[in-house]
Parts: sequence; structure tokens; C-alpha cells
Amino acid sequence: MATKSLKKQGSDLAKSNKQLEILSNGIFQNGELPTFKNKISESNQFPLKAKTLEILQVNVGYMCNQVCEHCHVDAGPDRKEIMTQETMQQILDVIKTTGAHTLDLTGGAPEMNPNFRWFVEEASKIGIKDFIVRSNLTIIRANKKYYDLPDFFKKHNIHVVSSMPHWTRGKTDKQRGEGVFDMSIKALQELNAVGYGMPDSNLKLDLVYNPSGAFLPGDQAAMEKDFKKALMEDFGIQFHNLFAITNLPIARFLDYLIASENYEDYMYALVEAYNPNAVKNVMCTNTLSISWDGYLFDCDFNQMLELPVNSKAKHISEYNEELLEGRNIVISQHCYGCTAGAGSSCQGSVA
Amino acid sequence: MQKTYYDPADLRKFGKITEWSEELGNKFFDYYGKVFEEGALTAREKSLIALAVAHTEQCPYCIDAYSKDGLQRGITKEEMMEAIHVGAAIKSGATLVHGVQMMNKINKLDG
Repeated sequence: MATKSLKKQGSDLAKSNKQLEILSNGIFQNGELPTFKNKISESNQFPLKAKTLEILQVNVGYMCNQVCEHCHVDAGPDRKEIMTQETMQQILDVIKTTGAHTLDLTGGAPEMNPNFRWFVEEASKIGIKDFIVRSNLTIIRANKKYYDLPDFFKKHNIHVVSSMPHWTRGKTDKQRGEGVFDMSIKALQELNAVGYGMPDSNLKLDLVYNPSGAFLPGDQAAMEKDFKKALMEDFGIQFHNLFAITNLPIARFLDYLIASENYEDYMYALVEAYNPNAVKNVMCTNTLSISWDGYLFDCDFNQMLELPVNSKAKHISEYNEELLEGRNIVISQHCYGCTAGAGSSCQGSVA
Repeated sequence: MQKTYYDPADLRKFGKITEWSEELGNKFFDYYGKVFEEGALTAREKSLIALAVAHTEQCPYCIDAYSKDGLQRGITKEEMMEAIHVGAAIKSGATLVHGVQMMNKINKLDG
């Protein structure tokens, strides 16, 4: 398992143009498989248009205490990109002027941004309905200074969403690193102890499942049932919902697909599982993704591929609802990942 | 790569068998789809049965398909290997139990 990001390794695949080249050429260029644009055109869904903004997804930095095998952010301890307090303030100013009801903080490990707590405290004051922090769980046990995070989350009524690749140690550690499973279990127990994840609790604790290899996630409801049974029986852990998310062929997952000679089969699987009904509800239509340096993207994946929004307003400091609403969403072949089967987004299945 | 009788890429073409016999092909796929729906058995249990049978039938396409299907359902490799042992036990049991027929015949002819 790699301990460094692709960027630190100097890998070609750390470059977004290299990834886009792979996604555009080969089986898509020679017509073996239809491009995403052609596929959604069949059901008259091209161009995909942005609707009213509901969710602001903010990537507060790529620094992370883990180096997960399939990380689409290519995050890790060696990544230093961190959002400044000034950019956070610009985001807060924008939220006050929009009807966005969900603020979704992601990373890396968002808690590692030195301004994280300030941002949560300030954002809590402005009436967000669903305030999500995507916590990798192990950060809660990584260092003494993070031990109080469950209480901090509780104080601000944060909705905690955490990745958990499997209910078994082997599969979890394979994807996320040695020892991650045990630390994640401990962190989940601590979240449960302060009231998170209890059946009648308002303290929402959801888990995210994404496959550990070159295959698509199974049915979300069935997976949730299996996760709940196993985590309760083995560790007494409770949580609310499981979101099953498809791995998108970018960054470290793309690197893995190519290295394991699974790239073509995986793209076939995504295209075969394409569901036109999932296109209607993909997250990019009601979300704006904001990068650590304040630039605007249709989704977190486009952010990593450096495909900015198709609008004159490109930075949070230039936010303009009129310019952004109704914009054409920027697409490429990776978008098949969000429209396979029941479809997937950061909030789980969409169809 | 050396040519073999089986090509993994042929699995992707399975659906094309309807092209040479549409009605029968469609009936098969309708039936197949129905069999694997949730019923008295869960889809998860059916996937494990299919994997075991894939091995006893020694169908490489089916093995690929149900190994992947098992992963998609979160089935562990330990569970999958146990299912294969069930198939193997039945297969070897089926061979051995015919030994009774051999014993009957020997006893009748040469008792």
C-alpha cells in the first residue's frame, strides 16, 4: 500500500490533463463505448443544467492522516493545500445570500485544517439546516488534540458522515491502511457514547461504503442491513444510514484500475450499468464544490480533474447566482460513475 | 497472449445470444432475472449458491461473474470459499455415494 500521494510520488496520473486524456481516448475514442455526452443525449439530457443551489460542498484542504488506496482527492499527510480563513469568510458571506440549506465539509481530513473549528463555529451561527462534516473517523483517535471532536461535533449539531469500507478488518485496512479498522471502530464507539447514531437521536451519524476494488457497489439497502447487523453484533455500534458510493475512475482509483489491468472492464461495467433515471438527480445539479483556494466546480470530482464551472463566476469571491444558475455542467467519462445502477452521490443513491 | 477456448471478454457478449434466437433468449433472461430476485432466499444467499454451482459446473464465465457479484454484495472471501467447499463436498459426496451402487453390483455378481 502506498504511503505517499501520487503528487508526491511524481506520478503522471497526479496531473489532471493526463487523467482526462485516458478518459477521452482508447475505448471511448474508437467508439467501442459511447462517450457520456452521447449517452445522455440519447435521453435528451444533454446539456446537463444546474438547478437552484442547495448544497455547498467545501473542500477545506487535501491534508489527511490517511493515504487510502482509492482516494479521488489524492490526499495524504504530504499534501499541504489548506483553505485560509479569508476564503472561509468569503464562503460564509455567500451562504448568507443564498437559499443553500446544506454545508458539506470535506478534505482530506477537514479537521486538520487549523481554521476548521473557527469555520464550524461561524457557520453554525447562520442557520444551515444540514451541516455535514466528512470525517475519516481515525482523525478522532490520531492525536490528543482531536480527542474532543465527538463533543465538539455534538455542541454544533454536526451531521457526521464517515467512510467505512467494510465491517471486517481485512477489507477496511486493505483500502484505508493498517490499523484503520480498529481506530475507526473505537471512534464510532466514542461517537455513539455521546449520542451519535442512536435510533432516536438527532445527532446524525451516517456511514459511506465504497467498494474496495474494481467492482460496483451492491444494493444500498441490503448493504446497510448487513453493515448494521455486523457492527452491532461484533462491536455494539449503531448508525443511521449507509450511503453506497461508486468509485470514480480518477486519481488513485484510476491509477489502481490501470495498474491492475481492470480499467477497460471497469469502464464497461459503468457504461453497462448506466441508468438514465439517475442522471436527473446527480449531485452536480444542485451543488457547488469549492476548492481549498476558493475556486468553483460542479462537483468534487471535477475539482480534482481541474474542470472549473462553465460560468464567468469562477471563484467564490465572484459568486453570482444569476451567472451560475442554469449553467451547463461540465462532463466527461468519469460521470458514468454517478449514473451507474441506482446512481450515486455523496448523499448515496439518487434513483 | 496465448489463444484459449475461453475468452473472458466473451462474458460481456452473453446478452447477444438473443440475436440468433430472440424469443428463447429473452425467455431465458427473464427467467434468469426472476430466479435471482429476493424471494424466500435473499439475493445474497442466491449469489453464494450460484458461486458454488459455478464451480461444480466448472464454468469460468460464471465463476468470474459470481466472484464479482459476491464482492458487490459485500460477501467476504471466507464466505465465498466456504460456499465452494459446500459445492465440492456435494460433488465428491455424489461420486462416493455411487460407490453403494458399485458395492450392490459387486455383491450381486460376486457375493
